[in-house]
Amino acid sequence: MYETIAFYTFAISTTILFLITVMSKNVLYAMTALASGMVMISGFFFLLGADFLGVVQLIVYVGAVMALYGFAMMFFDATRDIKEKHQNPALVFLLGGLMALMFVVIFSAPIIGDNVQALYPIVEGVGNAQAVGMVLFTKYLVPFEVAALMLLVAMIAGIILAGKKMDYSLTTSEAADEEINVEEKLQADIEREKGEA
Amino acid sequence: MVSTIFLTATALPEVIWIGVIIKAVLILAVIAAIAGFGTYIERKILAFMQRRLGPQHVGPFGLLQLAADGIKLFTKEDIIPQHANKFIFSIAPVITAATAFIALAAVPVFPDFTIPFTDILVPSIASDINVGILFVLGMMAAGLYGPLLAGMSQGNKWGIIGSARTAIQFLSYEVVTGLSVLAPIMMVGSLSFVDFNDYQTDGLWLVVYQPIAFVLFLIAGFAETNRTPFDLLEHEAEIISGYVTEYSGMRWGLFFIGEYANMITIGVIASIVFLGGYNDFLFIPGWIMIIGKIAFSFFFMLWVRAAWPHVRPDQLMWLCWKVLMPLAVINVLITGLVIMI
Repeated sequence: MYETIAFYTFAISTTILFLITVMSKNVLYAMTALASGMVMISGFFFLLGADFLGVVQLIVYVGAVMALYGFAMMFFDATRDIKEKHQNPALVFLLGGLMALMFVVIFSAPIIGDNVQALYPIVEGVGNAQAVGMVLFTKYLVPFEVAALMLLVAMIAGIILAGKKMDYSLTTSEAADEEINVEEKLQADIEREKGEA
Repeated sequence: MVSTIFLTATALPEVIWIGVIIKAVLILAVIAAIAGFGTYIERKILAFMQRRLGPQHVGPFGLLQLAADGIKLFTKEDIIPQHANKFIFSIAPVITAATAFIALAAVPVFPDFTIPFTDILVPSIASDINVGILFVLGMMAAGLYGPLLAGMSQGNKWGIIGSARTAIQFLSYEVVTGLSVLAPIMMVGSLSFVDFNDYQTDGLWLVVYQPIAFVLFLIAGFAETNRTPFDLLEHEAEIISGYVTEYSGMRWGLFFIGEYANMITIGVIASIVFLGGYNDFLFIPGWIMIIGKIAFSFFFMLWVRAAWPHVRPDQLMWLCWKVLMPLAVINVLITGLVIMI
């Protein structure tokens, strides 16, 4: 009973929040709806007894969306008055229709759910984290290691891209100024040569 | 009288809903009261350390200062700036306060006990989910959306700088917090607070095995609760009040309550994960021990505030990425090697 109520609450709020994310032109509303939608999704994991995955969803997406806010802060004026005007009624119609369909599926989900069988049923006496670990290190070992490798590559690339002049303080160190001067001189030289040619 | 009602964890009746409700009310009452009273304690201790007198005019020893402050906060005009995003501006303080109390749902504060003359068992933890430590840290992280949204919605440059600082501080120190508790998690082999507590029942406190992790966790805890060496979000000397610049009255008060509740949560996590939890110590019963440890960590935060100056944002980043994170990774590696051998 309580689980059903909780399921419908989470399902409907998730759908509405992500619709706001897509439709709103105000960056603050869109981002906040995205973040709260991600938190609502973690509710499903808790309902299914997968506490560990729910908490991971919470931690990972709270951090990830926080980074997106950083970009929003740099590129948009968050408090400017934006008219929420949608020129394309077909899009609204399509998304509204899809959402209605989604609600039908949500409300019929418990009926379908009776026939679903779990591939990895919960083992008694084994914690969530242990169960995830067992599946990760047996059946999904190769994808797991490949993902680890890709993350390593991304991390090294990030360090190399962001790490230029990391050892200089841009405000106090004179070495950084000299380096900037040298680059400016080079640039000027190249431009002069172009002009001469 | 209270000491007689604490029993051992064995041979207890089932946990029923009324026990959970009593526990929830207990946590809310105790933590909210401490969070309010904390402001008085903070002023008195800071005054003592800086050779001042602190609040002393309202009531005996200034004890009623708390009531005066409360009346002031409740009756102040609630101002919403004209060009602010009103909806986000209004919910931001609620996010901070609510997540701080949601986090406390999975934190054990006192040992299990039964109410005398009844069979009602009040469990040590309101909701014993298996992944308690991750849940609490995740909820505290979600609480930083309060400062972030507050700063972005108020249409004020100080607010924007404050929220930008929230984002970088959170993204950096989340790494240190996670890596520093990872080493004790590896030793205990569980994510449940109750298991952490039971692991230390007979043996030594985990701080003996994991001193580096303990120090790293405390430092990251200061950053997560915006306490003084790292309170860049509302650094008065640089950015007026950062994300709270435009707030007044009870909305501002909610940020304050959230911050104090988070300080207590950090104290509870440090006590249970590293300092032996609510186990009995020699002849001292567990519930006195846990209150003592939480009180000490609260005092420690005030002590640091009185003793240390603010750091600059670039120093904060340098400390996180070049000192604390490598140390935490090395600590995890060594712990793993020792466990394998």
